[in-house]
Amino acid sequence: MTVKVQREDFDPGREIEALTARNRAVGGVASFIGLVRDMADGRTVGAMTLEHYPGMTEKMLAEIEAEAQARWPLEASLIVHRYGRLEPGDRIVLVATASAHRQAALEACHFLIDWLKTEAPFWKLEETDDGAERWVDARASDDAAAAHWRRTEKPTD
Amino acid sequence: MRILYFAWVRQRIGIDEEEVAVPESVRDVAGLLDWLKTRGPGFEEALRDPSAVRIAVNREFAQSDAALSPDDEVALFPPVTGG
Repeated sequence: MTVKVQREDFDPGREIEALTARNRAVGGVASFIGLVRDMADGRTVGAMTLEHYPGMTEKMLAEIEAEAQARWPLEASLIVHRYGRLEPGDRIVLVATASAHRQAALEACHFLIDWLKTEAPFWKLEETDDGAERWVDARASDDAAAAHWRRTEKPTD
Repeated sequence: MRILYFAWVRQRIGIDEEEVAVPESVRDVAGLLDWLKTRGPGFEEALRDPSAVRIAVNREFAQSDAALSPDDEVALFPPVTGG
């Protein structure tokens, strides 16, 4: 289980390689990479700044990872989340999960990204092309996605 | 009590963190929000709609009825938008 909260970019290939290095029990790795889009609600986004709550962020991400480990038989898991100013195309987040079989890896990866969107204390400030700034609103669809996992019983592997 | 503010709550209040002596009458999160609102127009504006603000006590999400003590770290912020 690894959590990294950092300003700098990451190399997804290297991160995933490190996740499974020397573990021959891993049969599959699932990953999700979140990127900055250039459009949001019909406006052109020039950049965004991610603010977070140092201390609580790492704690919440570790709790979310522990929850995934409790629900699925994972060999390894990783969350890398960036903060600071990012531009369209930049990577924001990487979630990766490794398991003996694909189902646990895929489901746990999906769970982690849904869950962290509603539980990890990050806030996005968008800058549009005309220089205006706007705090991104939380989406009801993200709450619904996370709630889906709240209702789900522990799956079998 | 240490109080931290993030995102637009921080911007409206105009500070990111402070150490405050909270009145004894403040016993829970709801009481703290009511008291903070009286501390100036920025606080009033930021906390006008308590349902728009999320609270963490000692780095755990907390509800408005959560009890508080003077050495707690409390954070006020909008719903999170990471990922």
